[in-house]
Amino acid sequence: MKTVEAPERIEAPRGAPAPRSVVRYRVRRISYTTLMYVLLLALCSLILLPAGWMLTAALKPDVAPVFTPTPEWFPTEFWEWDNFRRVLTESMPFLRYMINTMTIVIANILGVILSCSIVGFAFARLRFRGSKVLFYILIVTMLIPWQALMVPQFLFFTEIGLYGTYLPLILPSFTGTAFFIFLIRQYMRTIPRDLDDAARVDGLNTWQIFWRIILPLSTPVLTVCAVFTFLSSWNNLLGPLIYLDSEEKFTVAIGLANLVTRADTPWNLTMAANLVSILPTVIVYFFVQKKLIGGIASVGLKG
Amino acid sequence: MAEITLRGVTKVFADRTEAVHSLDLDVPDGKLIVLVGPSGCGKTTVLRMIAGLEDLSGGTIAIGDRVMNEVPPGDRDIAMVFQNYALYPHMTVYQNMALSLKIRKLGKEEMRRRVDEAAEILHLQELLHKRPRELSGGQRQRVAMGRAIVRQPQAFLMDEPLSNLDAKLRVQMRAEILRIQREFQVTTVYVTHDQTEAMTLGDLVVVLRRGELQQVGSPDELYTRPVNLFVGGFIGSPAMNLAEARFTTEHGAAFVEFGGHRLVIPPETLAAKPGLAAFEGRSVIVGIRPEDMDDAALVSGHLPDARIPIVVDLKEGMGSDVYLHFTIDAPPVVTEDTRELASDIGEKALDELHEQASERRSTFVARVSPETTASVGRSCDLHVETRKLYFFDPATGRSIDGDLEAGSLHAASALAD
Repeated sequence: MKTVEAPERIEAPRGAPAPRSVVRYRVRRISYTTLMYVLLLALCSLILLPAGWMLTAALKPDVAPVFTPTPEWFPTEFWEWDNFRRVLTESMPFLRYMINTMTIVIANILGVILSCSIVGFAFARLRFRGSKVLFYILIVTMLIPWQALMVPQFLFFTEIGLYGTYLPLILPSFTGTAFFIFLIRQYMRTIPRDLDDAARVDGLNTWQIFWRIILPLSTPVLTVCAVFTFLSSWNNLLGPLIYLDSEEKFTVAIGLANLVTRADTPWNLTMAANLVSILPTVIVYFFVQKKLIGGIASVGLKG
Repeated sequence: MAEITLRGVTKVFADRTEAVHSLDLDVPDGKLIVLVGPSGCGKTTVLRMIAGLEDLSGGTIAIGDRVMNEVPPGDRDIAMVFQNYALYPHMTVYQNMALSLKIRKLGKEEMRRRVDEAAEILHLQELLHKRPRELSGGQRQRVAMGRAIVRQPQAFLMDEPLSNLDAKLRVQMRAEILRIQREFQVTTVYVTHDQTEAMTLGDLVVVLRRGELQQVGSPDELYTRPVNLFVGGFIGSPAMNLAEARFTTEHGAAFVEFGGHRLVIPPETLAAKPGLAAFEGRSVIVGIRPEDMDDAALVSGHLPDARIPIVVDLKEGMGSDVYLHFTIDAPPVVTEDTRELASDIGEKALDELHEQASERRSTFVARVSPETTASVGRSCDLHVETRKLYFFDPATGRSIDGDLEAGSLHAASALAD
């Protein structure tokens, strides 16, 4: 550390900043970085605060008040880990609900990927009469809110005898979703056309081009669609509420909603169940985040 | 192996532009034929029609004895190399090369054997497990070649396969392509924009312009006997110098005069170009190739009146040659042909052509021996090889030569036999 003072005495080479400004620059840079980190940490804890409160609330014993005039971030009475066991086994058949939900989610993802990728491929890569008009009609259907379709759809599914089964919650995804078709089409349009030509010369037919060339190259956008579908059907409360009529078919979302009653809601147990229900989403995000961010960036989709 | 025959092939796109107009072409079995021409001349469209990637608006295409108009690309038994290689990004080099064999349901062992064989020819053995994005441009190009070779097709179609490589690699890969083509003796149609490639690779070169055939011939034939101004200006680098000139005779000797210069046309040239006589006292377009001029001080025993005095504007040393740029006091030849040739080089070249036309001067280039003592700003005498002058009809742009077109087509069919 002897050299620290040296710059004062040695003549600075031409063009290099004077020693004093070097020091000033360093100080400024360090303080800037520090400030940024402090700000980010503050923001981060603000976002994590509700989740933290949820965890502490979930660990409170039944007798401790969950809602206090000033929120109790670190309550005096907690660490009641047994709450988790109780809510998962006693309050409701949580495992059953989990399996039910997973069934619906996986079927939905399959349906979306299959139907939307085929339609997206046709719009993106095939030349046929009226493709533009059809595509615009498809886009327009994005403007119809699901709530408007709710009643006719319910009547339809009841009429054909599917009320009380999972099919009304699964079948629609196999008929395509305008938004995902749009996303997939946009992505597939960016894949060079020469690949189709090369594949054609190699002897592939249109179906093989889709299956062997275009589909594997579309994994980023398919991941985006899969994750969005996962989230929406995992969180779907209204759909299962409308179509499911027996407890053994209920989903996690219904189970959570059922915990909340007009009076006497066991908030500690509700929070515990909520925490567990978040887990799959967090795990999925953890595994696909890299692909997801890449995919979202590549399809020009934000937020 | 098979020959490819095009008869009256026409392509009109949906927007009614006619990309190819009634093209007749024979690609002899086992030969490499190069389609060359400026951008938008229809060369790639022709290739894509042979591949089956583009429908025909008229005419027929046959490979071997079979008319292919309605046959899908995969069943034409052809392989194509694309300009940007079109390798499948999600597959390894091996998978890229093997895909067409897999689709044809070839046995695993046979597939392995064929891919290994192609990989060996192209030195790709170490790369078989890599994906295209891990490869350099040259390696990708070789994989694209390999993908074509494993098919053992009746014909190779190549669409500017070297245009994305740097100059050095291009020369190397050009030799490689030639080697492979000679080794396998596969009928090859090669599209390029680069006339050096056309001249070095082609058994036959086809010059296209605006979808119309200009000339078919061996590279040498196109160079020495271009049928028109367009071919004359397109083939050769640096390009042929062109000037409007007067053709006169005096006491039995023939002269050509341009920009204050006068050259004697030797009797053997006159005899070889009987059509010239009709132009006596009229204007013609004279073409002088840069390599047919040299520093007069370095030429011994030259013909009389074969010199032009010049002032050097620019001297470019190339090592083996020296390019001398100089100005001639004659307007450049501005016709449809020369305008198109200039615009193919770039917008700037076209502007320059018009600017020179308004100033009634044109720039010539001479390719002289490196021993020349000529220097910028100084005058010097150039010797012109008057036996190698080219003459064109200013009205039609056709070469004044006798019945050349029939001759060159004849040569083409002779080669086919």
